[in-house]
Amino acid sequence: MIINQLSIFVENKPGAMCGMTKVLADNGVDMRALSLAETKDFGIVRIIVDDVYKATTILKDAGYVHSLTPVLGVEIPDTPGGLNKVLEVISNSGNNVEYMYAFLGGKGSDKAYMIFRVQDAAAAALALSGHGIKTLEQEELSKP
Amino acid sequence: MDNKIWNKEMECAKRSDIEALQLERLKALVDYCDKNVEFYHKRLEKAGVTADKIKSLSDIQYIPYTTKDDLRDNYPFGLFAVPKKDLVRLHASSGTTGNPTVVGYTREDLDNWSEQVARLAMAAGADDETIVQICFGYGMFTGALGLHYGLEKIGATVVPTSAGNTEKQLKFMRDFGTTAIVATPSYCLYLAEAARERADEFPMTMYSALKLGILGSEGSTPEMREQISQSWGNGFFPTDNYGLSELNGPGMSGECYLRDGLHINEDHFLCEIISSETGEVLPKGETGELVITNLTKRGMPMLRYRTKDITNINYEPCECGRTTARMHKIIGRSDDMLKIRGVNVFPTQIESALIGVSEIGPHYQLVVRREGFADTLEVRVELIDGSLLEKFGELEALQKRIHYRIKSILGIEIKVTLVEPKTIERFTGKAQRIVDLRNK
Repeated sequence: MIINQLSIFVENKPGAMCGMTKVLADNGVDMRALSLAETKDFGIVRIIVDDVYKATTILKDAGYVHSLTPVLGVEIPDTPGGLNKVLEVISNSGNNVEYMYAFLGGKGSDKAYMIFRVQDAAAAALALSGHGIKTLEQEELSKP
Repeated sequence: MDNKIWNKEMECAKRSDIEALQLERLKALVDYCDKNVEFYHKRLEKAGVTADKIKSLSDIQYIPYTTKDDLRDNYPFGLFAVPKKDLVRLHASSGTTGNPTVVGYTREDLDNWSEQVARLAMAAGADDETIVQICFGYGMFTGALGLHYGLEKIGATVVPTSAGNTEKQLKFMRDFGTTAIVATPSYCLYLAEAARERADEFPMTMYSALKLGILGSEGSTPEMREQISQSWGNGFFPTDNYGLSELNGPGMSGECYLRDGLHINEDHFLCEIISSETGEVLPKGETGELVITNLTKRGMPMLRYRTKDITNINYEPCECGRTTARMHKIIGRSDDMLKIRGVNVFPTQIESALIGVSEIGPHYQLVVRREGFADTLEVRVELIDGSLLEKFGELEALQKRIHYRIKSILGIEIKVTLVEPKTIERFTGKAQRIVDLRNK
């Protein structure tokens, strides 16, 4: 129902992003989604990875400030109004979407997915499943 | 807390006795300098000062100041008062700008130096039971050897680990049951951070013997001291001491366990406070530049040396029983003082604003730039709290909070930048926290 998103603090300067992605690449962490928001001085990189434990361990060792956040990974029907329906369900569950971004889903998936950060991820996931909308499990991301 | 006093006769003397001894030694020193150092002879002659004209301590005002430039200009041995065969030790400063400054010691100077440090170390809380690790770099720097001999003199067990090699430092602390360390405040804090990072393998209780920090070579604010104390835990007690390599090294002054000013070894050092701008002597108690005359130095005597350190002196006796005057912790440096849009800014002021903000680390860097015709000050701090990454708003609120704290102290606009952890350089010697790009 719920997947873990990693938020990482990076400075807004040449090579900062590259330094972080290199740490992940060198350790064979597969990113399934990435969103970057920045101010003039710093940015927060939000990523969904195949192996959360490994990613947090190596980022800690490399000295990156980071945190874990529960988010929803939702399969979006690839039809007009598909996203709208998902948002309606979430908003009817009394949840506010703080941010969202596109997502590959699990390995080999051919559907469209999005990540939603809402206040109460569990309640929103329950509402979505009540409307037949699938939310991804963390385990599905680590499947080969 | 123990209150042992190493040399009661000198440390608890009556003020009138201290001053009488200082006057007697000052006269002898002027005579000694006049006769043995060409540089001083010329200066004194020009100023019309001879030993018999010194009738009271205030007559010191007629003696010209000595500055760091004088030391550099007379590199290496121009200010020495004895033939080289009488010297038993040479030290030198790093000399980052121009010639280094060289200091020479006779055997008597080394004995006096050890005596001075012995008093301060005991005032801080060390004694013959102490096992002390000296984490200052040995070599040409005066700090390590100065503390080394003084601590040996009181019978402490000295472990000369020198600077750096954090793993070894921590291992010896655990294995030897080290009870005290000598370090810069920033390195002491760094060691505590490093110990905490390894706490899974080596719990902090393994350092429970460590109780005393004899910290020097750079200043620390009360806030930083509190942070050092908390980082080590177990009631770790940091104390400050002060000295300059031009005047022996450590041993000028140091805190007792009451930490209400640094007790000055007044039988060896005569201190004045002057205005940095005008060079005038300020009334007792006022804040200004510290000027020191080393009353007993034979190898390289020093008359009215301008330290560029800003402080004030309290002549009231201390509750610890010592009657020696106490100087306030160094408030700033007259040459580290940044002038930003006409406002005097000391790095220590910024440090006191930053400590207490738990989301950031203790290290910081100040970057001064000139943009158009205005100076700007950027304060760079390390973010260490991951829980703020949830929302941009929280990071921005942190930035605003730090901004407000600094601005309310300095009264000028500044820019706060959050940087990644461990990206600001750590220093084992004096921290170089200012990057001034105004003339670049």
